[in-house]
Amino acid sequence: MSPDKLTYMANQIAKFFHSQPENEAAAGVAEHINKFWEPRMRRQLFEMTDASGEGFDPLVISALGEIRRPEAQQ
Amino acid sequence: MSNVRQKDFGTPASREDETVTLTVDGRQITVPAGTSVMRASAEAGVGIPKLCATDMVDAFGSCRLCLVEIDGRRGTPASCTTPVADGMVVHTQTERLKKLRKGVMELYISDHPLDCLTCGANGDCELQDMAGAVGLRDVRYGYNGENHVFARTSTSGETNPRYMPKDESNPYFTYDPSKCIVCSRCVRACEEVQGTFALTIESRGFESRVSAGMHEDFLTSECVSCGACVQACPTATLQEKSVIEIGTPEHAVVTTCAYCGVGCSFQAEMRGEEVVRMVPWKDGKANRGHSCVKGRFAWGYATHKDRILNPMIREKTSDPWREVSWEEALEYTAKEFRRIQHQYGRTSIGGITSSRCTNEETFLVQKLVRAGFRNNNVDTCARVCHSPTGYGLGKAFGTSAGTQDFDSVEHTDVVIVIGANPTDGHPVFGSRLKKRLRQGARLIVIDPRRTDLVKSPHIKAAHHLALKPGTNVAVLTAIGHTIVDEGLFDEAFIRERCDWSEFEDWASFVSEERHSPEATESYTGVPASELRAAARLFAQGGNGAIYYGLGVTEHSQGSTAVMALANLAMATGNIGRPGVGVNPLRGQNNVQGSCDMGSFPHELPGYRHISGGETREIFEKLWGVELDHEPGLRIPNMLDAAVEGTFRGIYIQGEDILQSDPDTHHVAAGLDAMECVVVHDLFLNETANYAHVFLPGSTFLEKDGTFTNAERRINRVRKVMTPKNGYADWEVTLKLAQALGLDWNYSHPKEIMAEIAATTPSFANVTYEYLDKAGSVQWPCNEAHPEGSPIMHVDGFVRGKGKFIRTEYVATDEKTGPRFPLLLTTGRILSQYNVGAQTRRTANSVWHAEDRLEIHPHDAEQRGIVDGDLIRLASRSGETSLRAKITDRVSPGVVYTTFHHPDTQANVVTTDYSDWATNCPEYKVTAVQVSPANGPTGWQRDYDEQARQSRRIEAVEPAE
Repeated sequence: MSPDKLTYMANQIAKFFHSQPENEAAAGVAEHINKFWEPRMRRQLFEMTDASGEGFDPLVISALGEIRRPEAQQ
Repeated sequence: MSNVRQKDFGTPASREDETVTLTVDGRQITVPAGTSVMRASAEAGVGIPKLCATDMVDAFGSCRLCLVEIDGRRGTPASCTTPVADGMVVHTQTERLKKLRKGVMELYISDHPLDCLTCGANGDCELQDMAGAVGLRDVRYGYNGENHVFARTSTSGETNPRYMPKDESNPYFTYDPSKCIVCSRCVRACEEVQGTFALTIESRGFESRVSAGMHEDFLTSECVSCGACVQACPTATLQEKSVIEIGTPEHAVVTTCAYCGVGCSFQAEMRGEEVVRMVPWKDGKANRGHSCVKGRFAWGYATHKDRILNPMIREKTSDPWREVSWEEALEYTAKEFRRIQHQYGRTSIGGITSSRCTNEETFLVQKLVRAGFRNNNVDTCARVCHSPTGYGLGKAFGTSAGTQDFDSVEHTDVVIVIGANPTDGHPVFGSRLKKRLRQGARLIVIDPRRTDLVKSPHIKAAHHLALKPGTNVAVLTAIGHTIVDEGLFDEAFIRERCDWSEFEDWASFVSEERHSPEATESYTGVPASELRAAARLFAQGGNGAIYYGLGVTEHSQGSTAVMALANLAMATGNIGRPGVGVNPLRGQNNVQGSCDMGSFPHELPGYRHISGGETREIFEKLWGVELDHEPGLRIPNMLDAAVEGTFRGIYIQGEDILQSDPDTHHVAAGLDAMECVVVHDLFLNETANYAHVFLPGSTFLEKDGTFTNAERRINRVRKVMTPKNGYADWEVTLKLAQALGLDWNYSHPKEIMAEIAATTPSFANVTYEYLDKAGSVQWPCNEAHPEGSPIMHVDGFVRGKGKFIRTEYVATDEKTGPRFPLLLTTGRILSQYNVGAQTRRTANSVWHAEDRLEIHPHDAEQRGIVDGDLIRLASRSGETSLRAKITDRVSPGVVYTTFHHPDTQANVVTTDYSDWATNCPEYKVTAVQVSPANGPTGWQRDYDEQARQSRRIEAVEPAE
């Protein structure tokens, strides 16, 4: 997926959770991505955030710790 | 005919609880109070002669044939208009009655042609039956008097001014005025059942005639061709052309319509394996004996010459197709899929289940992906329609489905219809809704367009909130604001059924000034006073029900809007009883079922997440394989992965993603990048232009199975003809699985249903035997709900406490500007269905031969566009050209079109923006520009050429 599109999708999710109670926001983003993002999308997310994280909503960055890193390439 | 014709009790059933006992011809019978003597007699097995009465409509009492004598009463009352009374003693056959009836029939027949033997209704004519029933042997008046029968008078040969020729303008039925007895059943059916009021009786006395519109022909009148009048007609006056052509049916099979999510039950009336006609089944619980033009008449695609009946393969999509045997096609597919997986990895292939196929077929496709491909790359067209419903209602209530049955609307006092146009998209439900509105229920329409429901004969919305496309969440949150601000919420319900602290959190959120109708008015376009009035009406008007469609879900905030609807229903206590609820109007016939059957990449059948070890174990044990615990790719993700090179093969059953999915260029690029695209369909659809294997599909008439409609109702689909392509779709998937080396054995879809029931708690008690007995059942159907669940969340929400969720409005990034100053929204029309693959191959195209762009006169004038002009519709994604239709149904700044025709392909214009939670595309908002055009766009020309090339089929060498 194009990096811009992936960033856009992650930020869109973050935008929703920004309005949710503060203590649930990061966990909400992480849960959502864990539930609906296929490993190669999560893998790309980590590749991008590991490199710089530029362009991502801060809420996405703070959710990273709770997002499951995909297992090695199948 | 007797084994085909549905029993007609003469008048509708009474709904009274109290019962009354009477005697009819010496037989005692107990019926609900309010029942007519005619119906009570019919229930006792006594058929009173009748002509103007049918149980489709209220009693009328005009034909004077159903007279009876009642002990202690004077005269001979009409049994259709006389209600039963306790102890009543009725005689249906006396000397006096015999004489009266014979006299009435004599008059009728004196003005009726005697061409029974060559008449289309021969053998299925109530007038003929009644002539027989009353023993009519002679007509003393002769046939030469004043009449409506003959074009010329028999004596002088002059033109008969009363004669009217047959109207054959409607493609599906004829109107022959010479055979009309003016019983008015058709007029009443049009009013009471369909609610269109297209028919009337013009003039009076002997001059009385049935007239469509203002003495127009049927096709150009307001008639919507639902068929109710034809069904009601006791003679050949209104008659299906198929019956005229073929003859009367000899057997009938009850089955389920394969068009929209209403899921109407039909009697397929057959002669051998030929369908003579489809007649709505009175006992069908979704449609209660009604139909629309699609289900009733538009089934001719099943035998259309365009159907592909032999499997075909080709190595490159630039090659012509080569017809091959089933074995070769399946072997080739299996080999290719295995090669791709070997080369690019286990997750490099996937499948798409069809929301037009049966539950059993859908279940098999997802099983093939999970157990055969060993990944979870399976998705379905709900991705592009109601996936936000799944997410939103799942979060709020704990399960992803409408809360009510369709009967519920009969108990509704206030209806919100948002982002749905039921009179076009879900016509039979639309008729049921209109019936309730005519009885006095109030209506709030939230829609950028002035849909027919806003104002049509005898219907007027109390409020039409004509919001700007893309502002649903702001409007719904402002309604929430008003409810909290003005103290209109149902505290007792919320305290008992929901989490009070979550409600408080939501209440304080919506209470913020920025969510007030006054603050949001500037960008939603909805006047604050109107919004407040609508909110008050919904909160205080009695039973409040919400019906919604894709105008809610197909937005970048689709899931948020669904949650906002759930909030409103909970805040006003409108959940868990008849007449209320949150009701998604589902698009396709089995989109509910395909979701239930585990078509989504993240969940197994019954909406259980794939990460749940316990659920996986149920299937792993049964299927003997280990399942991937990671979610798979959704359709747009598959296409992205294809372009990127990690996704190379796909099995698509009954779905045309190239036409139906957004941003056509991107879909085409994705498909083009794949090495093995398998399309399993009735026709060479648009997606098939990019396919390497074509597996011919079967229609709903050619297979057994079940569909689940928008009310969670599981209806039987029954085979009435042998599949023309050789196999039902479930058999094709089965054979593909076997070719892939899977040990699958099913000899009938009921065995697949048994597997579904064994693995899915909400289907635990569903069996074909039960469905045959009960007619249908609404899931959950299990030990706790052995007879199914017409209404959900009755004693508590599926998730326990109902969850209030904050719904912050986030404007879409698709914004108008100088280049693209108008907002395009898309939708459907009554006569066409979805991508049109089926309906375009029927006579329905006379009503809608092309997609048109609706544009406001103001916007048209500014651009120098006249009605019917060819215009160019452009967005940042692409451009297409189509004809303009100038109308003030759309507001200035908004344009609208349908997506039924591939040569227009509105989705060339739609963008790749999608719902934040589910990736459901934002079809309903695209910034566009409209300008005059002088021909098809370059894209349209290229596409046409490419489609023509890719549909070539190699001539087969003749056999020696």
